[in-house]
Amino acid sequence: MKVVVCVKQIPDPAVPGQLEPDTNTLNRDDKLILDESDSYGVEMALQLVEAAGGGQVSLVSMAPRSETSGLRTALAMGADDAVLISDEALAGSDALGTAKVLGAAIGELEADLVLAGVESSDGYTGTVPEMVAGVMGVPSITFAKHIEISDGVASVQRQTEAGYDQVECALPAVVSVTAGVVEPRYPSFKGIMAAKKKPVDAKDLGALGIDASAVGVAGARQETVDVTDAPEREAGEIITDEGDAHTNIVEFLTELKVI
Amino acid sequence: MTLAQILLFAEGDADGASGLTLELATKARSLADTVTAFAPAHGEAMAAELGAHGVTTVYALEGLGDGLVGVHAAAALAAHIDAASPDAVFFGQTTDGRDTAARLAVLADRPVSTNNVGAQIVDGGLVTEEPIFGGTQNIYTAYRAPTPALAMFRPKSFEAEPSGGGAAAVESVSAVDPGEAGRATVTGRHAEERSGPQLDDATVVVSGGRGLGQPDAYSMVDELAGLLGAASGASRAIVDAGWVPYAKQVGQTGKVVKPNVYIACGISGATQHLVGMKGSKNIVAINKDPEAPIFGVADLGIVGDVHKVMPALIEALKSR
Repeated sequence: MKVVVCVKQIPDPAVPGQLEPDTNTLNRDDKLILDESDSYGVEMALQLVEAAGGGQVSLVSMAPRSETSGLRTALAMGADDAVLISDEALAGSDALGTAKVLGAAIGELEADLVLAGVESSDGYTGTVPEMVAGVMGVPSITFAKHIEISDGVASVQRQTEAGYDQVECALPAVVSVTAGVVEPRYPSFKGIMAAKKKPVDAKDLGALGIDASAVGVAGARQETVDVTDAPEREAGEIITDEGDAHTNIVEFLTELKVI
Repeated sequence: MTLAQILLFAEGDADGASGLTLELATKARSLADTVTAFAPAHGEAMAAELGAHGVTTVYALEGLGDGLVGVHAAAALAAHIDAASPDAVFFGQTTDGRDTAARLAVLADRPVSTNNVGAQIVDGGLVTEEPIFGGTQNIYTAYRAPTPALAMFRPKSFEAEPSGGGAAAVESVSAVDPGEAGRATVTGRHAEERSGPQLDDATVVVSGGRGLGQPDAYSMVDELAGLLGAASGASRAIVDAGWVPYAKQVGQTGKVVKPNVYIACGISGATQHLVGMKGSKNIVAINKDPEAPIFGVADLGIVGDVHKVMPALIEALKSR
């Protein structure tokens, strides 16, 4: 079984984000890391291939400056190889532009199953996996919390507002994996060393036959007209507990007529 | 200045339209002369409420059956927008809303504006407002692709207010075969057990986070919530860790809540969490780290151990 996992390499979420002054897109100049949201897709892929008795886990990522540090983390977890699409014309791409690129790259890999995180930690539109499926013309099942593959059919528990739906679908298909549903493994030392030698196939837009006008800032066809600071909440009262701070909460709730 | 027509992606169940759908209907009618709705299911059941919130016609999709909403609704929507030519299509940021908008974006080859909390019409075009960097800044974006503009909105961005209108007319819309992409089928639907107030509409919410230390300690959150008639919620950290189900998650992923009082217990206040609760009217935070970002939004912050403060608070409330 061949599983392709979409992974995004993002600026460290622990560092405050910044916008590019001219395009108001997210500044990605610093080192990029594997989006934690995608580690669940990678782990799910590894588990499914193990359950199938073998196969291949390939990563697909779109990133500036041929960045590979996040990819190496996923390769160290156990993925076999990666395709990296990097091109200056991709800067400022929106979800649809990203999906066009990922869909074209994945289409060349003849995957049985495509996995992705439900949403990235930086852009969090939650639309890219469904769009990738749309570009590829295949079914998609989003917000998966459990996946089983048997005889070329995926059985998926899909989160809903009320609970979950059981969904069946013949492969190939795109499935987006909800954060937290599997425990991503930590790369072992051996895995980290092996990852350095695993193949990363670098491509540009031309190699995928995509016109630069369909992607990037121009392809996004949206214009930032203003950026404002949100009003801050007024500072409240901070009390250090000396054993009776609960009484302050009781008073506060009483004032608000909650109790 | 207003648009001629906004089409609303209407979600609900046999009991009527969802709160988010009515919020969007209310906003849409302030931006457009005519508001119509497309319902992938339950069109008839929602017609009265949608009409009362300003929607004139509900286009009800027939024959969804066991298909997934996103791919089937998008195929029918693509045909419908060609015929009806709305200026914008509004979606709620829900599971099915995201799927449908994403599929439609590919079919119609135009972007989707996501995670919005506001909208206005400027020079005849849609400008949306999206909070970024954990809600510390707002970014305003003009839609420059051909109409209809596709835009998604976060829950609780607008107040739902009735317009006094009668029931909306219901017109059937035939299903459009999405081909191979439509072959996934729903074989079972499972509702998680719900008891007590729900996160979406509770006036008081008590949430727990990693500071609780271990899964058992979440029982303190439930007990405190019970005493206050509150809904219980959670940070993503303990949902990811498997302590409580996803349905309890408050944040960027998960539910957006705006209760009268939000009590955060052992939650540090990652931006992921703040986005989902900083609109609460009053915020109480209990955390042992005085530097925790949650104190930046708290009206009353207690620097202390949840294992001491919460039991004392529970005892005090019980003895009242």
